[in-house]
Amino acid sequence: MSDLTDLFIKLIPILPLLAAIANGLLGSRYSHEMAHRLAWGSVGLSFLCAISVFADILRTGTAHEVVAYQWIFGGDLTINLAYLVDPLTCVMLLVVTGVGFLIHVYSVGYMHGEPGFTRFFIYMNLFMVSMLLLVMGNNYVVLFIGWEGVGLCSYLLIGYYYDKVSAAKAATKAFVVNRIGDAGFLLAIFLIFVNFKTLDYTKVFAQVGQLSPEMATAIALCLLIGAVGKSAQLPLYTWLPDAMEGPTPVSALIHAATMVTAGVYMIVRNHVIFDLSPTAMEVVAFIGGGTALFAATIGLVQTDIKRVLAYSTVSQLGYMFLGCGIGAYTAAVFHLMTHAFFKALLFLSAGSVIHALSGEQDITKMGGLSKKIPWTYRLFLIGTIAIAGIPPLAGFWSKDEIMAHAFTHNHFLLYGIAAIGAFLTSFYMFRLTYLTFYGKSRLDHHTEAHVHESPLVMIGPLVALGFLSLVGGLLLGFPPEHGWLHQFLAPVVGSAGEHEVSTELVSTLMAVATSIAVIGWGLAHFMYQVSTPTANVWAEKFSGAYKTLLNKYYVDELYDAIIVEPIKRLGGLLDWFDRTVIDGLVRGVGQLTDWGSAGSTWVEKYIVYAGLNVIGYGNHLAAHEGRKVQSGMVHHYVALIVAGLFLLALVVQFFVQM
Amino acid sequence: MLEELTAGFPVLTCILFLPVLGAIVLWLFEDEDMVRTSALTITLLELALSVFVLLRFVPESAAMQFTERVRWIPALGISYHLGVDGISVLFVGLTAFLSVLVVIYSWDTIRHQVKLYMMCLLALETTTMGVFVSLDLILFFVFWELMLIPSYFLIKLWGGGAERHYAALKFVLYTLLGSVFMLVGIALLNINFHQWASLHHTDQSYSFDLLELLSAPIPMDQQILIFWLMFMGFAFKAPIFPFHTWLPDALMEGPIGMAVVLAGLKLGTFGFMRFSLPLLPDASQSDMVVTVVVVLGLCAILYGAWMALVQPDFRRLLAYSSISHLGFIVVGLFSLNYQGLQGSLLTMINLGFSTAGLFFIAGFLYSRQQSTQLSAFGGMAKQVPLLATFFLIIGLASIGLPGTNGFVGEFLILLGAFKAKWWFGAVAVLGVIFGAAYFLWYYERAMLGPVGKAVKQTMSDLQLREMVIAVSLSAMILWIGLYPSPFLRIMNGSVQALVDRLNHGTVAALGSSTTEKGR
Repeated sequence: MSDLTDLFIKLIPILPLLAAIANGLLGSRYSHEMAHRLAWGSVGLSFLCAISVFADILRTGTAHEVVAYQWIFGGDLTINLAYLVDPLTCVMLLVVTGVGFLIHVYSVGYMHGEPGFTRFFIYMNLFMVSMLLLVMGNNYVVLFIGWEGVGLCSYLLIGYYYDKVSAAKAATKAFVVNRIGDAGFLLAIFLIFVNFKTLDYTKVFAQVGQLSPEMATAIALCLLIGAVGKSAQLPLYTWLPDAMEGPTPVSALIHAATMVTAGVYMIVRNHVIFDLSPTAMEVVAFIGGGTALFAATIGLVQTDIKRVLAYSTVSQLGYMFLGCGIGAYTAAVFHLMTHAFFKALLFLSAGSVIHALSGEQDITKMGGLSKKIPWTYRLFLIGTIAIAGIPPLAGFWSKDEIMAHAFTHNHFLLYGIAAIGAFLTSFYMFRLTYLTFYGKSRLDHHTEAHVHESPLVMIGPLVALGFLSLVGGLLLGFPPEHGWLHQFLAPVVGSAGEHEVSTELVSTLMAVATSIAVIGWGLAHFMYQVSTPTANVWAEKFSGAYKTLLNKYYVDELYDAIIVEPIKRLGGLLDWFDRTVIDGLVRGVGQLTDWGSAGSTWVEKYIVYAGLNVIGYGNHLAAHEGRKVQSGMVHHYVALIVAGLFLLALVVQFFVQM
Repeated sequence: MLEELTAGFPVLTCILFLPVLGAIVLWLFEDEDMVRTSALTITLLELALSVFVLLRFVPESAAMQFTERVRWIPALGISYHLGVDGISVLFVGLTAFLSVLVVIYSWDTIRHQVKLYMMCLLALETTTMGVFVSLDLILFFVFWELMLIPSYFLIKLWGGGAERHYAALKFVLYTLLGSVFMLVGIALLNINFHQWASLHHTDQSYSFDLLELLSAPIPMDQQILIFWLMFMGFAFKAPIFPFHTWLPDALMEGPIGMAVVLAGLKLGTFGFMRFSLPLLPDASQSDMVVTVVVVLGLCAILYGAWMALVQPDFRRLLAYSSISHLGFIVVGLFSLNYQGLQGSLLTMINLGFSTAGLFFIAGFLYSRQQSTQLSAFGGMAKQVPLLATFFLIIGLASIGLPGTNGFVGEFLILLGAFKAKWWFGAVAVLGVIFGAAYFLWYYERAMLGPVGKAVKQTMSDLQLREMVIAVSLSAMILWIGLYPSPFLRIMNGSVQALVDRLNHGTVAALGSSTTEKGR
């Protein structure tokens, strides 16, 4: 049985890889039908393998470590391509393959008729391979392969419509910003190797006690730089909203449900290192909390349906970081899971809206769609209620657990930040829903005539995600802090049992959280349903704040001004320096010896043909450049070498006589 | 059976002289197609011989293999001594491999004086091989210098730029200047050996033989002097910042084939690893040397990458990216630990696929647009999707994406550097960010976005010959990236020996791990 499990583990990343290779080599030979079947079929099979592995681990409770082959080795270093499947990896595997499968199926409908249909599925499958390596690796380097691999696929998929300037720019930006994080991650890997002489998780974690607090802080902060880049946290979040240039299923899979959560996975995986450093934990928590609030405020005023969701993703990832930073690892993973469900649902429903409106993404040009695309509407609404944190839907349980943990562990400032963020979240999500589905239609006539509900292949996956968003929270994490997920993950992250909190306090906090969400809803209802001019009135009244938010606090402009532009300008300066100063010196030396050689030509000619002064001789050639050189040159060179050897002999002779 | 047949077969001599003999044979042909076919046949035969050597090479061994030795000028202790170990054998394969690709590339891109061109290429192959397989320093030096002759003509006669005469001369003079210093260094090594041998009454009192020179201890001040003399030779050739300005000119003005060899075969840094480090281990580890050289390397990484960022011409960009990569190699080498050395060696090989590959890509672009300037491109992916795909694959390898060969080498270098001194690694890692920036930004502007104004409306995607080049390079890139084991095993023995040598200084001789007759 165990051998079979090991085989399944090996198969999980290989299946999508095979599909990608087959599509890559033969994609142009056969029909699109075959391409997408291979793509979602392979991911579906991976999902089945993952379930089987999950069942095995659930039954036996033992983690599996499987070595595929020796990858990099020599000296005191050995890095295997090897997998570690423990409860944490299991959870990630199920999310990645499960949600991944649904999104693949949805894409068949969404991408139908797009040029580059096969290319799309090749990239998606490669993404699955990388993401699976990321969560399955048993050491930091395999994690890093996956880490940069998902970055590459993200680059390719953001730039899927590569003839669009904005898409091409967004793709480059995503990759380069991620690389900043990756550089930090690399430093963490080096620090770990220098300290532990190994890069395997199990061996590192076993020796983690020997770390000094300063070293633990250094490692944790370097890891955090990596996590901040990949999970789009402050200050490296700017690539994620731009990444919405990619097709919507990509936004759902990569930029909401899976890839961007890699940072959270990484921190939870390394929690024993973070636990050693209160400083690093605090930084994680405040980056998370800060990002949650910051991104939520931007989300308030955006008018592109996908951008609102993008900022909401950044904000929700902030909650997960906040959870990690206060030691609520299970809650962070729990939120990661429920977020994967409802955010994938929201993105895919948004995709269904965009699909129905022939590509329109501006919510100021929507409205009144609830009757026309009822299924999409209902599912989007489920997603909205789930993310807003209204019980008993999924988002409530996980977000509340993070917030309650903050409160009961005396992080009141963080709790306050999170609570304000939760209010804003509820508000902007219901604002989005109202503007899109309610009120009068603001569509142009041409679009209006073509509005249609999406086909079954798209609605089907939405229904599955909708179901998970409805009950996922209850199934996984009820009762709070003692749900199924908590028990399952306990071997990896430890149990939260020792800190008992009174049930009254828990219920009060739940009631508070619920009220916050409901107030947010109420405000959105008032502004966009009851008294529709209010929004514009307020926008004018607080036009400074409104414009700042609309322009995303001008952060992109700021980065351009203080980083990108100076780098380019200094590059131009260096170019001038290279040509004028460095090369100028070289040419100057050449000129000098040229003059020198003019004087010595006589000597060269008549004393020894050999270059006692080879430099001078070389320039003698330069001086006679204009002459017929081609045939004569060979002799000159041979002579030069002979001369050099002669010189050598002389030197030797000289020293010997000494 | 094969073993018996090949025992004592002077395979390295065959590898060394096959191309130049082939060049003489080419002289006899008049028909240009015949010339091309013969050149291809010769390079393929050479590749077969090299693969034979690689297959028969005993991995995980530090010994010189396939050695051949004939006394040449006994009075001075000069001999014709060939052999390969884990450090050099991969370069033999790489040289043969790239030569085949260059011939294929030149098939229809070189249109005048085809015969002379192919002869130069073959002569260049012989001299390059000579640099890699020579175990006698004078023999090495002869090949090192002879290499300049075909290079000079290749740049001057088949270069595309208006400044090609200047570029060719600059290249030759720069290298020659460095060589003079190196030659003096070699002489001092010989003298030191003589003094030591006279004291110990060994039968041979002069030697330029690498393995024999290794057995003689060298006083520290001598080592330092010789180190800097040889440094000039290798640093000018590599080139190492700030001695690099000949490289952009040579790569810009010369033909693509020459650029592939110049940028693909890292002769200068090979010289450090083959000669400087083992012969002068104490000098190489002295604080002053390490600090100066590594700081130059770190400057090169950042300076090269920064320069690459603002180059509008793709070939110039590649020249500066080469300088950046050479910085990585130098930092790895002078980290003086296992990972640094292993990573540098692997990276030297890797760049033979990635940087050389990007020069081929530059060539493909040049054949279509008659330029490698950014202004000639824009949205090319739409018209030449295959070219764009391979451009991306090879480019990602050059910026060290995991899964490609570039990552394995770069990771080891960075790890080694970090182990040596944390700030070596911390500064070098910035190159990783810049690398992504300069490559992807250029790629975005050249390949993505709407089709540029200057881009021709009708353009053919990769042709058969171009596909052969692109696919074989990509295959190597992925092979080394995903399963580097055979390559690492080949180099491991020699890298370990070098580490030991560095740990023990000149007194404990590497030469004592005697030569093993190639099987």
